[in-house]
Amino acid sequence: MAILSKKEQGLLLDPLTDNNPITIQVLGICSALAITAQLKASIVMAISVIFVLAAGNVVISLMRNIIPSKIRIIVQLVVVAALVIIVDQILHAFAYELSKTLSVFVGLIITNCIIMGRFEAFALGNGPWQSFLDGVGNAAGYGFILVIVGFFRELLGSGTLLGFQVLGDPIAKTGLYAIGYENNGFMLLSPMALIVLGIIIWVQRSRNSALIEEN
Amino acid sequence: MANTDKNSYTIIFAIAMVLIVGSLLAFVSSSLKPTIQVNEKFEKQQNILYAMGVNENVEGDGAAIFVATDKVEAEFSKYIKKQLVIQNGEIKSDTAAYLIDLKSELNKDKNERRLPLFVGEKENKDYYIIPLYGKGLWDAIWGFVAVDENFVVQGVYFDHKGETPGLGANIKQRYFMDDFTGEEIMQGTKYAGITVAKGNNDPLNERKGDNKVDALAGATITGNGVTAMINSTVKLYVPYLKEIKI
Repeated sequence: MAILSKKEQGLLLDPLTDNNPITIQVLGICSALAITAQLKASIVMAISVIFVLAAGNVVISLMRNIIPSKIRIIVQLVVVAALVIIVDQILHAFAYELSKTLSVFVGLIITNCIIMGRFEAFALGNGPWQSFLDGVGNAAGYGFILVIVGFFRELLGSGTLLGFQVLGDPIAKTGLYAIGYENNGFMLLSPMALIVLGIIIWVQRSRNSALIEEN
Repeated sequence: MANTDKNSYTIIFAIAMVLIVGSLLAFVSSSLKPTIQVNEKFEKQQNILYAMGVNENVEGDGAAIFVATDKVEAEFSKYIKKQLVIQNGEIKSDTAAYLIDLKSELNKDKNERRLPLFVGEKENKDYYIIPLYGKGLWDAIWGFVAVDENFVVQGVYFDHKGETPGLGANIKQRYFMDDFTGEEIMQGTKYAGITVAKGNNDPLNERKGDNKVDALAGATITGNGVTAMINSTVKLYVPYLKEIKI
């Protein structure tokens, strides 16, 4: 017995590995560069995108038979923008502290190409339950990479993880800093996100040669 | 199923969608507005109190912690003994001064501008708390700076709308804000402000008299924004601070 059929499992799990939206489809790079300087921001962004993509996919899927194809992109944009703004307003009213951390991401979520990409490629042609799984899977695959990149950038760039000084205090020269280690400030800048991402793609493809495109 | 490719269907769908989504958003926004305003009011009170050192920071821990929201109103009336509004050279008392939106006041004509100023008292010491508003790299930055009667900074609070996490967003971290404490905003009798300086080479901020604090690496424009914000806003208050303290 399985709660999910084989196809449904694939929808949920493939985007985590062999069909990852960032490393394989190379979508959502812009936000992956922008917010991965800290692990906390990466985690918050990952959770927000899981929520928005799953809900948005379901809404679009339910509307798929009535959306006029000529303006479908605009309809998708309106759905995701309305969704994000409503959630932002509710958080503002009932979880003010949290909303202050999240408000930075609102604009980034709306413009995230993974969201529009999944609406267009999947939700418009499939039922709500499958769309939901596809949304959760893709957003989780996106979030997974975000967290890995955020982990390395914060660790090597600031010497902290989630704000805790795990490598010692750089000003008082304790821990690793006592033996001459220095933070690499370059890790905090966007280009290094791209390089970290490149390394992840390289590692993934060298472990699974089926992912390498034929020339 | 209707033909979804027809022009008339497309137009009707678009109009209906705009009406439905528009009214939904308007409804959500207007029904949540009162709750959001209360939250914003508390936050402003928390920020003002934070600048004068009324907060729940733990020694040795790097996090900036406000007084709790359920206590903030009581604490605010306990510590803030005067709320003033400066308009056209006159200083008046106004108990709603903390609700003034500094951004719109700064855009107004000089004569119509209402500048809020708060006088706090803690342990028999007076604090003059000045609101700040300026521009960072991406969006607005704002804050409060508390000075004593000798124009020595007693504490600051900064916040931002959308600075880069890990870089400019760190202006609201304690290790940056704490550096301002003890700095002077005057040099002799002249107003000098405080500069967020690169190459200051004083990471522990041991030189207090130099009107400079160490910049954040990778956040030059946000840092310059903080400098400009302090210099332009505090400057407006300096003549009145001299008047009030006498």
